Amino acid sequence: MLELILLSVAKVMGIVMVFVMAVAALLTWIERKQSALIQNRVGPNRASVAGLRLGGIFHLAADAVKMLTKEDFDPETDNPLMFRLAPFLAVVPVMLLFAVIPFGPGEHFLISNVGVGALFILAVSSLGVYGSTIGAWASNNNFAMLGSIRTTAQMISYEVSMGLNLVGIFMIYESVNLQDIVIEQGSLIWGWLPAWGIVLQPLAFILFMTASIAETKRAPFDLPEGESEIVGYFVEFSSMRFGLLALSEFIGIVAVGATAAVLFLGGWQIPWVQGTGGWLTVAQVGAMILKTLFVVWLQMAIRWTLPRFRYDQLMRLGWQYLLPLSLLNIFITGVVLMFVEQGRI
Amino acid sequence: MAATVRPVQRKEFKFRESSYLPEVLRGLAITTRQFWRNLVGQRDIVTLQYPEVKKRYPNRFRGRHRLMLRDDGQVRCVACMLCSTACPANCIHIVAAEHTNTSIEKFPQKFEIDLLVCIYCGFCEEACPCDAIRMDSGRHSLPTFSRSPQNIGKIDLMEIGSLSIAKQGGKNA
Repeated sequence: MLELILLSVAKVMGIVMVFVMAVAALLTWIERKQSALIQNRVGPNRASVAGLRLGGIFHLAADAVKMLTKEDFDPETDNPLMFRLAPFLAVVPVMLLFAVIPFGPGEHFLISNVGVGALFILAVSSLGVYGSTIGAWASNNNFAMLGSIRTTAQMISYEVSMGLNLVGIFMIYESVNLQDIVIEQGSLIWGWLPAWGIVLQPLAFILFMTASIAETKRAPFDLPEGESEIVGYFVEFSSMRFGLLALSEFIGIVAVGATAAVLFLGGWQIPWVQGTGGWLTVAQVGAMILKTLFVVWLQMAIRWTLPRFRYDQLMRLGWQYLLPLSLLNIFITGVVLMFVEQGRI
Repeated sequence: MAATVRPVQRKEFKFRESSYLPEVLRGLAITTRQFWRNLVGQRDIVTLQYPEVKKRYPNRFRGRHRLMLRDDGQVRCVACMLCSTACPANCIHIVAAEHTNTSIEKFPQKFEIDLLVCIYCGFCEEACPCDAIRMDSGRHSLPTFSRSPQNIGKIDLMEIGSLSIAKQGGKNA
């Protein structure tokens, strides 16, 4: 029993604290640096330790110190408890997502092998809306309230098509367990094509990425926040509480990256390489991390490429395009699966 | 007079554009290209690392004022008050005094410019009949922690001054 607990704690520390938190912290710097390079700027490069600048990587430490030492402002509110709780409500669900994501083969790189892993991800990621809504409500500010109304409407709209996109994946791999889905993706079609989700469900991948970016509340769907023009739901949050809300967004990006890697990019599978064990396992964990980082990079690049959607466009895209397309995807998947089962393809 | 109304035809989006995806990929290609171009060799970056690298101001840039000097190092100004009269911001304050040399007659005992009030219009150097005040130093006023250092006096103004090529005392001297 004690062994089991210690092992679980070690896995939680290894995956969440070492990998996820490190990447999320790095993303605060990467985001600024990448956007700068895209826009022909230099980006942060002044922070230095002992004269070493290293491209300004120490800015993430400087940012943390700044966040922790800034004034922690309390607005006049009737719900101080809820106001204090909101950053945690935002950060806990996105961290919980990593409980079911397999980072490698076997039991050691997976915190908990939940049978309904994919459904767990959908369920927990929708809890994120509570953090922003309660935070805005409790901060007793009408602008924050308006921001949270935008958040709620957007997140609920896009959750629908996000869930429906995954149905095609469940149909093909005949499982909702993420480890099973990854193992299934190791097989080859016609002997040479990896049976990855992106190969079998290209439309679902595009729709899933769109819906996921809307779920993480980032540009081009950053209407809940709209940091440059409109006031968002965390307007009253300052100091590390604001930092935690911002960090939850970055952890959400990593979570989307890991989920997309598991469901669509073959998880820890290296194409055309079968079996596990020894150094191969290490390479497979590395492959999973690389795939996660690739999707993270893709989200960042999209964020600095596209302008923000107008609110009516956002709603129209969600309900009139994404939802019917996801349903169409399920239908086509069903038809193709029927033909495959009858042996006609 | 009738207003000229020019109806602007809105461009209808084709399917390729309204389906977002090809255009999104095109945009991603552009941003990714710029990212790699600037990551490897910083080829398009236009930022100057300011305190270390300074951009040269254009020659006609009106910067901090300076008071020009006579051949013997005295201030060239004769306290005629034309500059402070021309000044639209009233930032030049001169107290005149009698000079021991009768051919010079007057000189500024106090010559103060409040740089926080100055609008850098250049009227003072235009008004000056004897090339005593100039704004061609190419420097801008530096930030300070309080207001008082921005009210600079004769000594500071003369520090960056120099000899004028205009002959002292005018044409007939």
